[in-house]
Amino acid sequence: MPELMYREALNQALAEEMERDHRVFLMGEEVGRYNGAFKVSQGLLDRFGSARVVDAPISELGFAGLGTGAAMVGLRPVIEMMTWNFAILAMDQIVNNAAKLRHMSGGQLRCPIVFRGPTGIGGRLSSQHSQSLEAQYAHFPGLKVIFPGTPKDAKGLLKSAIRDENPVIMFEHEKLYSVKGEVPEGEYTIPIGEADVKREGKDVTLITYGRQVHFSLAAAEELAKNGIDAEVVDLRTIRPLDEERILESVKKTNRAVIVEEDWAFCGVGATVVDLIQSKAFDYLDAPVERVTQLPVSISYAANLEAAAEPSVPRIAEAVNKVLYRG
Amino acid sequence: MASRAQKTSAAVKPKGHASCNGATKASRPASAGSASAGGPALSTDQLLELYRAMLRVRILDDRMITLQRQGRIGFYGACTGQEAATLGSAYALEPTDWIFPALREASAMLLRGFPLVPYLAQVFGNSADVTKGRQMPSHQAARAVNQVSWSSCIGTQLPQAVGAAMAARLKRDRTVFMAYMGDGATSASDFHVALNFAGVFKAPVVFVCQNNHWSISMRTDQQTASESIAIKAKAYGFPGVKVDGNDVEAVYAAAKTAVDRARRGEGPTLIEAETYRMGAHSTSDDPTRYRDPKEVELWKTRDPLDRLQARLLKLKVWDARRDEALRTELLGEINAAIKEAESYGPPADETMFEDLYAEVPWNILEQREEYLEYLRRAGPAARGDHA
Repeated sequence: MPELMYREALNQALAEEMERDHRVFLMGEEVGRYNGAFKVSQGLLDRFGSARVVDAPISELGFAGLGTGAAMVGLRPVIEMMTWNFAILAMDQIVNNAAKLRHMSGGQLRCPIVFRGPTGIGGRLSSQHSQSLEAQYAHFPGLKVIFPGTPKDAKGLLKSAIRDENPVIMFEHEKLYSVKGEVPEGEYTIPIGEADVKREGKDVTLITYGRQVHFSLAAAEELAKNGIDAEVVDLRTIRPLDEERILESVKKTNRAVIVEEDWAFCGVGATVVDLIQSKAFDYLDAPVERVTQLPVSISYAANLEAAAEPSVPRIAEAVNKVLYRG
Repeated sequence: MASRAQKTSAAVKPKGHASCNGATKASRPASAGSASAGGPALSTDQLLELYRAMLRVRILDDRMITLQRQGRIGFYGACTGQEAATLGSAYALEPTDWIFPALREASAMLLRGFPLVPYLAQVFGNSADVTKGRQMPSHQAARAVNQVSWSSCIGTQLPQAVGAAMAARLKRDRTVFMAYMGDGATSASDFHVALNFAGVFKAPVVFVCQNNHWSISMRTDQQTASESIAIKAKAYGFPGVKVDGNDVEAVYAAAKTAVDRARRGEGPTLIEAETYRMGAHSTSDDPTRYRDPKEVELWKTRDPLDRLQARLLKLKVWDARRDEALRTELLGEINAAIKEAESYGPPADETMFEDLYAEVPWNILEQREEYLEYLRRAGPAARGDHA
């Protein structure tokens, strides 16, 4: 299997879907001539032309609204946010409009649209560039939320998102764009709503997504040195959650740690804990632990940034806690 | 006719009209010469059709306000006094064109052939409503007549209309999109964003601002320091035109010129239709607290229905007897439609779980089953006070 970078996998997904379906178009800041702030749209302008790779004036709410309107009349827009941090401006269009159009219109209107872009702690970019906002979008009925952690999942999920009949919010971790991974050759998709066991184990379940998949896998390798066999469940989709796979794993290991880059309060993990306590309470041998970003805004100073984010030692400590070790 | 529009507009507000000419010289569809110069004009039959449509909406709005006062419906936003601006502009569209309305243009759906009973069922929010009781009254929408719902957020429909217009161009069809807003919405970022994008992309969209002088209790001069709303288009690089919004012919001429221009691929137009909100902002509002009744009295003399009626009388195609008969007929039709619309039962509980997604996902199915099971267990008391 060839190795591709996460950004190349996304680029392939876009190109393939634009080739397959003439209704698909990409719009956002710098997506055309500049090939995207993170080069996800590399070469697409040359290949598909300026009518389908649209450089938008600087206004997230503007092109989110334009995309929503285009989806209402039958196109399949992919709206690239330069960063989800700046897309807070577009929440009115996404949340008050795109997410609700089908329901408000009694099913008369549809809004098949993908809003995608980078998120998370990007490397000394400070608080206005480093937020994890997935829990906010996951809150709203009408939206689907995906957050792939590997190039393979990124490609397969983006293709599914573009084909989905609903608005899909896609988070791409900034630090993952250059990460390489195996990507199958030829046509494939990854269904929205399916988690993936990235590492099988029997002692504890690490439930995670996005960049934290890599932290969790690294922690699992560390723990293995001490004889702890951790299973890593990559959610891949945040809404709808893959209940079955989460519960299956927890029922097997009887212990769970949730690893997420967002803040703990009302974070994605809070919903996962709710699920586990309501549907697998009798299987638990210890309270569920969470490893999250500390409840602070991210600093520019490298030491402060690193201190605030989840880390392999913090994950290992949480695992030891649910195992009543150390 | 066009010169008449200019004259009446000048009579209503000389300062405003003068400023319009200054705003966009090249773009005065309604005043770009006399009717003989070939500006879009309405035939006598079309004027009669519009009179009927405007009177129908006037009577309908009056009845709805009464129903709200009687507690039979929850809310209503009437377009009383603005019928010419709403219907005169929508009349310039083809059935294949789309409308992205604001609060006071739902009735354009009726002009476009949407039946009265389901239109009224929306106001009751019951099982005969095509939007399934999900939206507040005055937010009607029907895919069948290419009209979406107003978005309560103020202005969010404007970028959407531009996006839809761009989509039409991408699909290489000739559809035109008409996007409405009030004067208050021109303060919202969506307005500026939409105009900017429309200008940059030359989108086939016609923006119609109903400047009715009031956004709830705020006067237009509290929303903008610009000499007009039409002039704002200049900054975005396309024509802005101000018309007398209570003159249905002037509104139509401006709208038709703009629609034709958009269809030819020449880009957007902003039309400011100067009109007046004769009633309250909505049934939740009492304008006597902030508005001089003398102003209302003045605008009563400019009532768009009276003006169109006077025009028809002058053309000798209308008379008092026919007018009386039409009013009786329309009131009868509306009362019968209200009776029928009100007779339908509420939407079934389980329907609220529909249409969140194209297919109902398992987790929502699960919650629906749980809720229905709870209803079966608890009986009618389960719903609380609102059932």
